[in-house]
Amino acid sequence: MRRYVIRRIAQAVGVLWAAYTISFLVLDFLPGDPVSAMAGAGSDAGPVDPAQLARLRHEYGFDKPVLLQYLDYLGKAVRGDFGDSISTGRPVTATLAEALPQTLALAGAALLLAVVFGGGLAVLATYTNQRWLRQLLLSLPPLGVSVPTFWIGLMLVELFSFRLRLFPAFGGDGLRGLALPAVALAVPTGAIVAQVLAKSLLTALDEAYIETARAKGAGRARIHLRHALRNASLPALTVVGLLAGQMMANSVVIETVFSRDGIGRVTASAVTVQDIPLVQGVVVFGSLVFVVVNLVVDLVYPLLDPRIVVATGRRVGVA
Amino acid sequence: MRPSLHRRQSGRVALAALAAAAAVTLSACGEGSATSTASGPPHSGGTLTFAVGSDAGCMDPQQVSSNDTIYSLRQIVDSLTDQDPATGKIVPWLAQSWDISPDATTFTFHLRPGVTFSDGSPLTAQVVKDNFDAVPKLGALGVLAEGYLSGVQSTTVVDPSTVRVQFSQPNAQFLQATSTFSLGIESSASVKKRPQDKCSQGVIGSGPFVLKQHVVNQSITLAKRTGYNWGSALWRKKGEAYLDQVVFKVVPEAGVRQGSLESGQVDAIGSVGKADEAALKASGVTLLARANPGAVFNLGVNNSRPALQDERVRQALQVAVDRQQIVDTVFPTGTRPATSVLSHTTPDYADQGAALAFDPAKAKALLDSAGWKPGGDGIRQRGGARLSLSLVWFANAATNQPALELVQQQLKAVGVDVVLKQLPIAQLAQTQTSGDFDLLWGNLTRADPDILRSQYSTQLANVYRIPPTGLDALLTQQAATTDAAQRKQVAAQAQQDVVRNAYVIPVVELQTELGVAPKVHDLDFEASSRIQLHDTWLS
Repeated sequence: MRRYVIRRIAQAVGVLWAAYTISFLVLDFLPGDPVSAMAGAGSDAGPVDPAQLARLRHEYGFDKPVLLQYLDYLGKAVRGDFGDSISTGRPVTATLAEALPQTLALAGAALLLAVVFGGGLAVLATYTNQRWLRQLLLSLPPLGVSVPTFWIGLMLVELFSFRLRLFPAFGGDGLRGLALPAVALAVPTGAIVAQVLAKSLLTALDEAYIETARAKGAGRARIHLRHALRNASLPALTVVGLLAGQMMANSVVIETVFSRDGIGRVTASAVTVQDIPLVQGVVVFGSLVFVVVNLVVDLVYPLLDPRIVVATGRRVGVA
Repeated sequence: MRPSLHRRQSGRVALAALAAAAAVTLSACGEGSATSTASGPPHSGGTLTFAVGSDAGCMDPQQVSSNDTIYSLRQIVDSLTDQDPATGKIVPWLAQSWDISPDATTFTFHLRPGVTFSDGSPLTAQVVKDNFDAVPKLGALGVLAEGYLSGVQSTTVVDPSTVRVQFSQPNAQFLQATSTFSLGIESSASVKKRPQDKCSQGVIGSGPFVLKQHVVNQSITLAKRTGYNWGSALWRKKGEAYLDQVVFKVVPEAGVRQGSLESGQVDAIGSVGKADEAALKASGVTLLARANPGAVFNLGVNNSRPALQDERVRQALQVAVDRQQIVDTVFPTGTRPATSVLSHTTPDYADQGAALAFDPAKAKALLDSAGWKPGGDGIRQRGGARLSLSLVWFANAATNQPALELVQQQLKAVGVDVVLKQLPIAQLAQTQTSGDFDLLWGNLTRADPDILRSQYSTQLANVYRIPPTGLDALLTQQAATTDAAQRKQVAAQAQQDVVRNAYVIPVVELQTELGVAPKVHDLDFEASSRIQLHDTWLS
């Protein structure tokens, strides 16, 4: 077990390094540069003197060879120093640390809603004997996946904020501020959870052990919830790990629609002005979240399914 | 988390006010001004909540140029002078008077006594000198401010309340420049900081409001400066501002800003678009609009390109554009088609509308005479080359794409192919320097005719690659003239010259449009079409 964990951590570090390096190269290949963006050239200020731009580039070290810049950034990043944001002048780590709680609250609430309602929908759809109800319920997840998150957000604001005036349209104040964005973010996530869980529940209900349980006289609800659901939840759990990435991507949209502070907003504005240190910080942070979530999922697996032997690192018997 | 009480309360009050005011507007059908006599005399107090679309991330008016952020930062600093938006005249603010040498190289300002910054330090000639010494060092971080002081030789403290600024060349624009937010006066402690620290920590000013809190991408909160008593000569109210607090909320989605104003969650919004107007009006919101002074939205021509060196081709483009159609289709109500390279709110604007009248037949004749004959695909050709132009633009305004797609259609109708090329903002500086464009879409806000010199002088950046001609002499003369009437005449000649030669193709004026709730009064545009909140009050 310990060797397994150590190897997984080593892999995680590799993933972080790769993400850092690739994003650095992509930013370097982009036309334009952060100094021009910072010079406010895009907004309402006349032409910028190229000599002054060069001076600024020098000040930030953008005139050094790319490899040197890369090593310089990487060396500091390893020590946890991601430098200062170019557009705001504030430390990248502080910017992320301030944005993180908002995004965690949003993602956590959305995940909770997604699991409860997505899971509930899957269980109900597979449990019911009413054919029409099952069809209706099973048609909802594809809808939830295909409707743009952006549109869902705007519709929620229009209805619950502008018309019914139940919730504020912007700002991240407390639970009332969290409600609409969390629901909007939960829709696509919950839809995927529902799809995966419903499919594996249906598969599980055809398994031989269900027959055994039934023969032993277990009730329908008990079979459904205790035997089938427990086995069917494994694929759904794997998907939740993958959904961490999807939720971070969707949070860019949701945080913009709801004017919320958070990692998504930071990302969007940093990319727009090619704020290299901030983008790098976001990339490393995002990779870290992804790696950790998946590591946790892998470690939780054996608790749910004793057939999985972690020492070999091989997953067995996953449907 | 963040305190929200005041906003919810003001939201409810706004709702009540909205309902009451809606009844009034139904019968009175109020139009135009934000001032209403029905609300009684102005009174102090209250919090104004203003939704803007973006946050530049920097809290220094000397560095920021984005409207959304200037709306707040303008309120925390005072300038040496102010400019009357109606007449363009420069009036006293922190300087109670000034002298300009006849050759427009030396500017002496006599400061008003008794002014203090919000950290308690007094305004002295030394503070002004510290500001003007620091600004040139901002370089590319403060393009506007640095440009206003370019060519500065020295700033001298004559006595504690007199400061003299000396330029190496005549620089008539400097007086107007001292009225801008870019040369807003900050405390000595502030200007001695690194530019990046001024951005992240904010600056200390002597303005009617102080910066209370900045939450990046969320909000900027201003509080009334108690004891303020040195307002601009233009302001109606003497002493402190009416409002206790102003909260600027950053709301990126236009639809959410609009809905928030209609539902009373905010009191005012910026960047109102044509599509929002009808719904806002229907809900009783007052729309305030004013054209930005300065260079209008134009197709900046690369005059060095072979096809575009021929003035007949440029002139053909100029009359092939149907400005009225573009205005009617894309821009907010009240926006004017360009009638010069300067907008009509710019001091010394001179109407050149006759030369810009839509005339496709004339455009075709000009192109024919230049040897560009219609080819098989409807696009003109000459010597085997198609008349195809690249039009570079940036996504810094929502109106850009639809406006330029119309331009593309209109030019196609006379046989000119236009290839639209959108670039990221970060590439603007590079494009201007490299000249890698045939046509470049853009505008520039400035309430002084010297904008003509910075745009079209071949001795400066010369982004449009204009060949040196007599125009340079006119532009230099304009900068050396302190006599208002004479300067107006020279500026008119320069505008006529640029339009006649079609060095750029002026298209449409930029109009700033705000939506304000009926309970908001006297929210005024200043000379650069940004806002002034000292006189603003809530009923």
